[in-house]
Amino acid sequence: MNPTVVAAPVESAAADIDVVRVRADFPILKRTIHGSPLIYLDSAATTQKPECVINAISEHYRRTNANVHRGIYALSAQATDLYEGARARVASFIGAGSPEEIVFTRNTTESLNLIASAWGAAHLKPGDEILLTEMEHHSNLVPWFLVAKRTGAVIRYLPIGDDGTLLLDRWEERFTERTRIVSVTHVSNVLGVINPIAEIAARAHRGGAIMVVDGAQGVPHTTVDVTALGADFLAFSAHKMLGPTGVGVLYGRRELLDAMEPHLGGGDMIRTVTFNGATWNDLPWKFEAGTPDVAGVIGLGAAVDYLAALGMDAVRRHEISLTRYALERLRELETIEVYGPADPARRAGVIAFNDRQIHPHDLATVLDRRGIAIRAGHHCAQPLLERLGRSATARASFYVYNDRQDVDQFITGLVVAEKFFGRRL
Amino acid sequence: MNTPEHTHDVELDALYRDTVLDHFRAPRGHKVLDRIDLVREGHNPVCGDRLTMSVKLAGNAIEDVAVHCKGCAISVASASMLAEMLPGMSIQEAQRLAEAFRQMMHGQPPPSDLDIGDLDALEGVKNFPVRVKCALLAWMTLIDALRAAESGTNSTTGITNLEQPGN
Repeated sequence: MNPTVVAAPVESAAADIDVVRVRADFPILKRTIHGSPLIYLDSAATTQKPECVINAISEHYRRTNANVHRGIYALSAQATDLYEGARARVASFIGAGSPEEIVFTRNTTESLNLIASAWGAAHLKPGDEILLTEMEHHSNLVPWFLVAKRTGAVIRYLPIGDDGTLLLDRWEERFTERTRIVSVTHVSNVLGVINPIAEIAARAHRGGAIMVVDGAQGVPHTTVDVTALGADFLAFSAHKMLGPTGVGVLYGRRELLDAMEPHLGGGDMIRTVTFNGATWNDLPWKFEAGTPDVAGVIGLGAAVDYLAALGMDAVRRHEISLTRYALERLRELETIEVYGPADPARRAGVIAFNDRQIHPHDLATVLDRRGIAIRAGHHCAQPLLERLGRSATARASFYVYNDRQDVDQFITGLVVAEKFFGRRL
Repeated sequence: MNTPEHTHDVELDALYRDTVLDHFRAPRGHKVLDRIDLVREGHNPVCGDRLTMSVKLAGNAIEDVAVHCKGCAISVASASMLAEMLPGMSIQEAQRLAEAFRQMMHGQPPPSDLDIGDLDALEGVKNFPVRVKCALLAWMTLIDALRAAESGTNSTTGITNLEQPGN
């Protein structure tokens, strides 16, 4: 039930990313869309998958498919080793104390719901407070709305300034003696802002609250060490870091996870069941009811290996460089308004923007005709969009397979859109 | 591969016909009615497009329509066409037109005896499946509003959501 898996240390490579070599690893980038090569600028929604991840999943189904933790036969043991090996690599990747602190879920949203339901519902009393920020994604809002409704807790928000960064000087007025939970996104999926999680966590802990981090846009893009961050919980998704859809991760500090009741019942979360009741399995299986997405988790393991080989420091440097270039090029266009801080070192590779003359949906269509995939809409952050005074924005987001040529094509697409509508509006 | 100079795109031109852009530039129905019998909000959560539709009835007929739409060129133009075409129609005629347009967006030609007016200019939308909901926002909102009026359950207000938001 508890295979011994030693986590390989995750080391950062010193070299910068060789994008030509990286691109060759992604089969989808050989595609054309409407006759043009695909330029994928929507990695904040989901990333593309390298051959090694696709192969890991395929190989599992071809050679090692069996249920995990159950079979008294070699094949099941092999599947279990692969599954638990991936857990150990994920633990190492984010600096967790042990693999037992890594729970596999379906996605970031489910991880956050698990925390809200299992920890929040057990610890919150009427009048207790949950502190969020104005830049949260719906996934880090709605689970708290639900638990607040169930418990009588109150939700408060830390505001953002005009450049999109958090106004930490407003902390004292928003964090009170009743605040039990502070839940903040590491990186905004709209503004690209990187939040000072370690500082926020220190403040939360000083006030006796727990620190929850929505790492969906953080873990894939920068080195994350849960201890250094001071995260009590961290939620993220495989599919935003080169892995498959359908697998999420919840890191939880062991003492907190130990004290929590299971979220769902049945399957792997059981130790014993009688007609009179049941006892729960050890961590982390206590929170993994039913047959998990074995192939997906193995795919995530391959994605972690791929990112670790690139080196997260190199991934971060690459994104800063690309974001700096994109911001410079966007400044050439007079009608483009960019949201978030101007300094690329303060943001990840996510740029939300609007053309003052063209609705983001129309912009996205024109770019799509040239094979360029960007996002247009509210990005599941409607309160933030309201704060920005916009109903929608366009958004370009970068990852390890994007290069300056992609940015150039993107800018050219914007110029074409402006010409197309400019001469007709 | 496309180049900056290569801007001519037949399908794109068919999507953004001059009639469509004319309605987008100067949307009809941006007004306040002196009496409102039906009011309904339409919302496309995927892109954030929103509209408010107010209808003034005269018995079984639509006397006037006001539409305030905040969205892309296609959704604004479609709402504008609706506001222009509806006054004077019976509820049943408006429903038939809305249903015909819905079918049109899914590739079915409108009935030969039906005058679809400027809606003809939105025909190119059907080649852009992700934009069909933009064109339909106003019309689905209208269908819901008139259905409520007909059933007698209308409380004069309601919200039409085209679909759930994505990630």
